[in-house]
Amino acid sequence: MRKVYRDVAAVDGIDFTLAAGAVTALLGGNGAGKTTTISMLMGLVIPTSGEARVFGANMARERHRVLHRMNFESPYVDVPMRLTVRQNLEVYGRLYGVRDLKDAVAATADDLRLSEFLDRPYGKLSAGQKTRVSLAKALLNEPELLLLDEPTASLDPDTADWVRAKLEHYCRTRRATIVLASHNMAEVERLADRVIMLEKGRVIADETPADLIGRFGRSTLEEVFLAIARRPRDEETVV
Amino acid sequence: MNGGEPGQPSQRIGEQTSLKASAGRVWGMILRYWYVIRSSWPRTAELIYWPLVQMLMWGFLQSYLASATSFASKAAGLFIGAVLLWDILVRSQLGFAVAFLEDIWSRNLGHLMMSPLRPGELVAALMAVSFIKLMVAMVPVACLAYFFFGFNVLSLGLAFAAFFANLVLTSWALGLVSTGVVLRWGLGAESFAWLIVFVFLPLCCVYYPVATLPAWLQPVALALPPTYVFEGLRAIVLEGKFVAAFMLTAFGLNIIYFALGFAAFAYFLQSARRHGTLVQMGE
Repeated sequence: MRKVYRDVAAVDGIDFTLAAGAVTALLGGNGAGKTTTISMLMGLVIPTSGEARVFGANMARERHRVLHRMNFESPYVDVPMRLTVRQNLEVYGRLYGVRDLKDAVAATADDLRLSEFLDRPYGKLSAGQKTRVSLAKALLNEPELLLLDEPTASLDPDTADWVRAKLEHYCRTRRATIVLASHNMAEVERLADRVIMLEKGRVIADETPADLIGRFGRSTLEEVFLAIARRPRDEETVV
Repeated sequence: MNGGEPGQPSQRIGEQTSLKASAGRVWGMILRYWYVIRSSWPRTAELIYWPLVQMLMWGFLQSYLASATSFASKAAGLFIGAVLLWDILVRSQLGFAVAFLEDIWSRNLGHLMMSPLRPGELVAALMAVSFIKLMVAMVPVACLAYFFFGFNVLSLGLAFAAFFANLVLTSWALGLVSTGVVLRWGLGAESFAWLIVFVFLPLCCVYYPVATLPAWLQPVALALPPTYVFEGLRAIVLEGKFVAAFMLTAFGLNIIYFALGFAAFAYFLQSARRHGTLVQMGE
């Protein structure tokens, strides 16, 4: 896939297949192409060339065939502020065609410890509570493919850890496929089965976190990330 | 959570392709906008405020003119009728566009656009919500017009239904174009959504006959459906006759404009997906 905005290639010829039931992390600095890649997987952005296929559907042309089997969570996209948590979940439940909606909302709210906030407007919640609501919206349809764009950004360590545990649990019990864009290397080490590292819109590494750490002779993914980001300019190729 | 093999759809999700499923998504969006209207009484009051101010101003002006000129005394209801019909066009278009803008202001558009909601379903919901907002705004104002000035808009009978339907169709066509432009160019183009309808105020001859316009501008006016509505109103008030040809012409034009509006909306949405503006919306 390639995506060019005017004369800038945001994504420049990436090609990968996601393993079903696994967590794949997209890593890279700012402007590496993570959000554009996720947006093309959702069909929000049409590739300049190539195609994103999800469950066999070309996301540029046939995304409505499969969108009900996917969902998305990002702290940079909100749900309506004036609506209560319950109203938001009801609206999205209807958009996703969730059966027995009342029970599904109650079960999801209970699972994400939202029951006491259900009748409070989303705009009046704390950042941590909002993240839980966004997660509830993202899990309401029990997606087979869950796309997460920095899901724990701006959360305190305790809440972030709770969100990661919830995602781990969801992935294990539902056997969902997760694509995770994150700057948090500890999070990626904990959740990801595979890391795709992007730089200037290209894939520069694609392997398991353990293999990547081992190959670089480092002890954490963060050290690997820094080593790659700070390598000399003339080595800017696949690492 | 349901366990299962990877790639197996959840049992929690119903089928997605039937008319019932589509209606469920439209209903979900109507609820989304209705909850916003219901959550804030100042917003509801705002819906009524401007139509009320306009109606009172033109009503009192007409009362004054009726006492001062023989024409105005014969044309009772002309200005109030015109202002009520004009506000149907304005409120319906704004109801459509502002409902859509709510999703950009609340940074919700990304979630909507990656949900199973189809563009046609979003448009259907916006049309329904604009109608609801129109009713919230215009029913009290029409009642007050009767209370203050004795003007009963329903006295226009079936003609009023034809006027109403044509104006609402035009407003939806304008709403489609204006929201399409905002989709493509983002909030930088928001003022377009607020102002587009006011281009029609001088051109549609709301308060004066088409013949008042310069000859070169009259074809432009006659290409706009609302012009026939206001000409039709004058024909009823001044001559006591309903000109069906006006309404049929307006309806024919509205079908064309609505189709063009939907095509423009679909084009701008596709263009926004090519240019990546859906992802940046609200930022």
